[in-house]
Amino acid sequence: MSFLSYLINGISLGSVYAIIALGYTMVYGIAKMLNFAHGDVIMVGGYAALTMMLSYSANPFVAVLVAIVVCTVLGITIEAIAYRPLRGAASPLAVLITAIGVSYFLQNIVLLIFGSNPKNFQSVVPLPDLKLADGALMITGETIVTIISCIVIMIALTTFINKTKAGQAMLAVSEDRGAAQLMGINVNGTIALTFAIGSGLAAVAGVLLCSSYPSLSPYTGSMPGIKAFVAAVFGGIGSIPGAMIGGILLGIIEILGKAYISSQLADAIVFAVLIVVLLVKPTGLLGKQIQEKV
Amino acid sequence: MAMLEVKDLEVYYGMIQAIRGISFEVNEGEIVSLIGANGAGKTTILHTITGLLSPKKGSVLFEGKEITKIPAHKIVSLGMAHVPEGRRVFAQLSVYQNLKMGAYTRKDKDELEKTLETVYKRFPRLEERKNQLAGTLSGGEQQMLAMGRALMSHPRIILMDEPSMGLSPILVNEIFDIIQSVSASGTTVLLVEQNAKKALSIADRAYVLETGNIVMTGDAKELMNDDSIKKAYLGE
Repeated sequence: MSFLSYLINGISLGSVYAIIALGYTMVYGIAKMLNFAHGDVIMVGGYAALTMMLSYSANPFVAVLVAIVVCTVLGITIEAIAYRPLRGAASPLAVLITAIGVSYFLQNIVLLIFGSNPKNFQSVVPLPDLKLADGALMITGETIVTIISCIVIMIALTTFINKTKAGQAMLAVSEDRGAAQLMGINVNGTIALTFAIGSGLAAVAGVLLCSSYPSLSPYTGSMPGIKAFVAAVFGGIGSIPGAMIGGILLGIIEILGKAYISSQLADAIVFAVLIVVLLVKPTGLLGKQIQEKV
Repeated sequence: MAMLEVKDLEVYYGMIQAIRGISFEVNEGEIVSLIGANGAGKTTILHTITGLLSPKKGSVLFEGKEITKIPAHKIVSLGMAHVPEGRRVFAQLSVYQNLKMGAYTRKDKDELEKTLETVYKRFPRLEERKNQLAGTLSGGEQQMLAMGRALMSHPRIILMDEPSMGLSPILVNEIFDIIQSVSASGTTVLLVEQNAKKALSIADRAYVLETGNIVMTGDAKELMNDDSIKKAYLGE
């Protein structure tokens, strides 16, 4: 029974990774850049929700909505100010280094405003814990909400990309920016939309993460950000289902590793798995390598 | 007034000047060909016309309107479509999705269905394979898809960059027949080709390009019989 409970916790943590990884993988697929500030957007989402609940005593639902709006605007702003001017720069390293800079910038701004002491995050989930099998198996409300959110986001995102014009434009831009422009697609607009969606999702991930692990500091986003990046690479960067599967597998590996091997070694195990996967399948689990006929 | 007018165009890649002050025009209903060897600047000219590159000097006028500074994604809705070199179909989208991409800027849904039908009529192979991923098509089919995709925007002028590249002689003939029929149905064509013989055989007029300059221009039939052209481009 304890295995089942670990597994469920793993899926829940993995769902958070997956939601963050979606942002990484979409931005990589469409803008062809690694947005290393993505993890810190999660943290900003957490602070936005917390501030709403503490200072304005907003109800959790409103707090989450505000966090989403704040992060979406933040994502669009970061893209427009820091990344767009570097598009077409001689070296792709320029934008990568800028992203690392943005990451530190966000951490330090929050540090300046809220201080370095971790804040106690109030869970936004009103559901009671679920007790199964005479109390031997307990699933928290946070776990349930996290897993359901992840499924809903996955379905919504897939539908958006396959069924809407803006989604198809994203696919076109991810494949061939020049050809997409010739079709009349506004590439800058499409990339901005991608950042908006990715950052909105980061807010959701931030709130869910802090609800399950209720401590929030300016550095809260960095480790989950890196793990989600690993998840995205693990699943095949650029692939949306890959990010999902990578995230959930990573969460399960981490929790099971903590439970059965060593809690200190859990992170090492996560990264070791990444190395093995990349050695065996360099494109990640679902990475695409379509052979194009010429 | 010419439909498309290029005036004193100069384009640079960094420090290197690729186009050295070129002027030419395309009149409504014509097939005009730009011929020249690899590296003469043919593709650069097309990219500059449709806004993928911006010129250092000179201007591009479409139907009398200056379009030099208009961004690439706003060109297609003006009535100008570009079939890029190397086809550049969206490999991971289906044939049908690729065609829909071609009509991305169109808002007239009913008319769009009709255009799709005419494209399928012109390229029956595309209809047979409409659910197949574009990346799995053969080179000739991809060329047809790239052309069909451009036609989906219902352009008044279509710019084609090396449509014969990498195709077998039979397919080359087929593609050129299609270009002629596209022209016959009222679309103006600007055709860039290394295959000078084929290009001159269907064009009304042609410009010969050499390292960023136009070195000769005239009626396509006359150019075909010109000795220096024969020697340099027609392999006779």
